[in-house]
Amino acid sequence: MAIDALVISEIDSFYGDSHVLHRVCVTLREGEILALLGRNGAGKTTTLSTTMGWLKPRHGSIAVFGEQIGGLAPENIVQKGVALVPQGRRIFPSLSVRENLAVAEIKRKGGNRPWTMERVFDTFPRLRERKSQTAGSLSGGEQQMLAIGRALMSNPRVLLMDEPSEGLAPQIVAEVGRIIASLREEGLSILLVEQNLELAMTLANDVVILNTGRVAASGKASDIAADQEVLDRNLGVF
Amino acid sequence: MTRFASMRGWALTLIALAMLPFILPSDYYLGIATHALVIAVLALSLDILIGQGGMSSLGHAAYLGVSAYAVAWTTRNAGWPAYAAIPFALALGTLTACVFGVLALRARGLGFLMITLALGQVMWGAAYRWVDLTGGDNGIRMQARPVLLGFDLNNATNFYIIVCAVLLTTLIAIYKLDHSALGACLRGTRDQPRRMRMLGHDVWKIRFVGFVSAGFWGAVAGVLYAYDYLYVGPSALSLPQSAEALLMVVLGGAGTLAGPVAGAIVITVIKTVVSSYVDRWYTLLGLTFIIVVSVMPKGLVPGIRSWMKGNRA
Repeated sequence: MAIDALVISEIDSFYGDSHVLHRVCVTLREGEILALLGRNGAGKTTTLSTTMGWLKPRHGSIAVFGEQIGGLAPENIVQKGVALVPQGRRIFPSLSVRENLAVAEIKRKGGNRPWTMERVFDTFPRLRERKSQTAGSLSGGEQQMLAIGRALMSNPRVLLMDEPSEGLAPQIVAEVGRIIASLREEGLSILLVEQNLELAMTLANDVVILNTGRVAASGKASDIAADQEVLDRNLGVF
Repeated sequence: MTRFASMRGWALTLIALAMLPFILPSDYYLGIATHALVIAVLALSLDILIGQGGMSSLGHAAYLGVSAYAVAWTTRNAGWPAYAAIPFALALGTLTACVFGVLALRARGLGFLMITLALGQVMWGAAYRWVDLTGGDNGIRMQARPVLLGFDLNNATNFYIIVCAVLLTTLIAIYKLDHSALGACLRGTRDQPRRMRMLGHDVWKIRFVGFVSAGFWGAVAGVLYAYDYLYVGPSALSLPQSAEALLMVVLGGAGTLAGPVAGAIVITVIKTVVSSYVDRWYTLLGLTFIIVVSVMPKGLVPGIRSWMKGNRA
């Protein structure tokens, strides 16, 4: 029986006394994309923060390929094979493109095509052209590519992406979408948090919708996309 | 500044340094130049902490002092040859940095500054009071410089050349560190420690490695210091020595290779040459510092670079 890539099971998370996530469950299967959707403040980023170890869940468990990671420090969770492409890119603006990638490199045993700087440059040729430039001088789209490339440099088994299309021009959004799809084809498991519903539904195999910190709906992307009532009630769009 | 312009600047500086023994009128002035370059090594080592790691220290002279005392004590009191005394001094200085690092890196910012200040003062107090080991206020006086690789270092020009070579080695090593993955990690930790954790790094370990590297080069400065002055006293690891090194880095420009060297030269010249003519030279030093940081907040070297860039544009 195949082991799921990421299993978030009944987690409760708090910011101080504020109860943000209520028994949230998410299951990401290996080699698939799961889109985590919801309005602003629904708890999407909090779910990612809890998975990455920035917030300790007060209830529930988180497992990566069967290995418990709930309660570990963020740096240890990354070593277990989880990488995050954060919202707003969060690159190092004073470091060069090459240095941004170099600081993220984690070599892992096994794996037939490990991510190296050269491979990132092959995937994002524009970064190769700008490899000596400081990252702060890149355009928004290039910074997003750098943020994705940086996450890939740790050779993750599970990639968490927090709104990778935010603030990008439509052409760049399409390019980012193509890259995410190609990463799935290579077998990477991706948890995608996205406000761009069209992009999310196009890419995702499964969808989980959060509403005020609770799972409001989950299922196949095609089923959720066809359920107008669920979308209207939880996302207020379409 | 383009890479070519930067290389040209360094080449001209190295040529100027190589010419100094032939230009300066006496060994006295060559001695001052030697002092400046020895202290430049200390300032460069401190800049690993400040410029790359974002950690301002007020106890950095401790590594210079410990290493200088180690050279002086082992050669004078134990009769060790320089070949044994120098590695021992470097190891002891670096070990001191390891201990300081474990204690000081528990804090950040002002807390870190205060812990380094306190640790530096503990070392100064030990040097001042532990008379049997350090000679107390009288310090340890050395007989002569050694002969190394056929070079008699008692000759002022020979010693100056050795100091230049060590300074060049220090510059290359720090340049390599700055351009390595470790250097990028150190700067990443300085700017965004949380992001570094998000990439799987143990931020404390990175800071510790940077701290100990800085301590090692501080110890290198200590070996040169001992042979330069042929005397080591408590002032070698005093607070003014640490504060002066900090001043050199800030004055010249933190995070630049040339900055700490320029800062060390300016302050040494004010301290040794100008003080011969002006009684209130500390006032002059203070005024120089205020003027430079007012006009060039990032320091002399970045300030001059941006001024030249502005003039070219």
